[in-house]
Amino acid sequence: MKVEDKLALNKFEVDRDVHIRVDEKICDLCEPKHCLYACPAECYVIRDGHVTFSYEGCLECGSCRFSCDRGAITWVNPRGGFGICYQYG
Amino acid sequence: MERFDAIVVGAGPAGCAAAYTMAKAGLNILVLERGKYAGAKNMWGGALFGSAMNEVFPEFWKEAPVERSVSRHAISFLTKDASLSIDYKNAHRDSSSCPGFIILRAKFDQWMAGKVEKAGAIIASGLEVDDFIREGQAIRGVKVGGEEFPANLVILADGANSLLASKAGLRGEFKAEDLKQGVKEVLRLPREVIENRFNLQGTEGAVMEFVGHCTLGLPGGGFIYTNLDSLSVGVVVQLSALLEKRVKASDLIEEFKAHPVVQNLIRGGELLEYSAHLIPVSGVSMMPRLFADGIMITGDAAAMVLGTGLILEGANFAVAAGVAAGNAAIRAREKNDYSSIALQSYEQALKDTFVIKDLNTFREAPHFLENERIYNAYPQWACDMMSRIFCSDGKPRKNTFQVVRESMKGRFTVMQLLSDFMRARRAM
Repeated sequence: MKVEDKLALNKFEVDRDVHIRVDEKICDLCEPKHCLYACPAECYVIRDGHVTFSYEGCLECGSCRFSCDRGAITWVNPRGGFGICYQYG
Repeated sequence: MERFDAIVVGAGPAGCAAAYTMAKAGLNILVLERGKYAGAKNMWGGALFGSAMNEVFPEFWKEAPVERSVSRHAISFLTKDASLSIDYKNAHRDSSSCPGFIILRAKFDQWMAGKVEKAGAIIASGLEVDDFIREGQAIRGVKVGGEEFPANLVILADGANSLLASKAGLRGEFKAEDLKQGVKEVLRLPREVIENRFNLQGTEGAVMEFVGHCTLGLPGGGFIYTNLDSLSVGVVVQLSALLEKRVKASDLIEEFKAHPVVQNLIRGGELLEYSAHLIPVSGVSMMPRLFADGIMITGDAAAMVLGTGLILEGANFAVAAGVAAGNAAIRAREKNDYSSIALQSYEQALKDTFVIKDLNTFREAPHFLENERIYNAYPQWACDMMSRIFCSDGKPRKNTFQVVRESMKGRFTVMQLLSDFMRARRAM
């Protein structure tokens, strides 16, 4: 089962505001691209040779925030009440 | 806006324990939870061990939504196709002692928050704290959106991924070396199937831990917890190791589930939820300053987690630490002094509890557990040894101790084994 199919089973209150900003220009110059391996929801993928980020499936664990050493990621929590809403946890 | 005696940020075990302690003493308490409800952002393996929760909410399991009580605890070493297990089961549990409970957080945390509310605190969910109100160096409340909530004290209990801890100047950011990433699937399975498959009676539950091939040899492990009618299945891996080895935990959990031993245990399970969380694992060495003028920090946000390989405790520590913070707040209010000098009593009290004592006893454990032989060479050795001992291939048998020695060849030296043993003695 693909991660995106797993995430489709989760309950999210998707916010219209993006809570994580990724400076993809910095990513272009980044060799290790830690974000690709840090994110358990595979929110970071390589598309046409560039790191592309989508926030909708974010599980808010913070792994990318502690993994990027290039300062490309600006992290805030989603607005109160938005984002992942675990039903089991 | 009304001025609160204390504002607690985060309605998890630490925040709820602190808020409940203070509310019961008559303090005017506001709990701010960023999730839509308490527990919305929380996941764990999950079992709760220890007595702290029982001290705050006596015999909580009689009313709280717990899945099962832990009667079986197994640890298995895995290679690609084999496993060797230590399987502990106690059917005659002493009823006076507090057993472990397998719990799903979304339901349980809501129950805790309900208790806190009944004790007189206000729980406001769906509110994300952006910043603090400051008077000089002192923190005097929080800001939510454009709104200010003044308070004499703030207690931070906002979890491993706390954004406020560094804003308050209590700590720098955690490092990937000091964190483990847990990913988990909740798989629905009929009750009878779980009870038959895991050899359980009624609401008995099993905690199964796995070391070795499930993380492809990276520091960490796999786990299965039996809920009432579902299984919690997942892996926990050192975050820095994922980055270094360019491996994703989302792939490791698939690898784990596909292991022949694990596959048989979870067969037929239907996925209900996929979750992930960070665990601060470096113990005392990563602990922040615990207080400053007008603020205290507790639980995962303060890295109060114990992992020794055999023992894994976070929530139990969080509850005990939350109570200690709550009591410090009560004393501060009696003296009407919320300065860092007055809040020293929080750290003093913590030092007298098992929280700091255990973290000190096992202070070498985090470093010891980085040793990759634990996840590669030793599980392979253990399984290979057993397979050779049990093998009957028509050839004359060798002395068992000779088999043990031969299985070590190419994996590690006697010196390495002895030195790891000595380190284990100190660490565990």
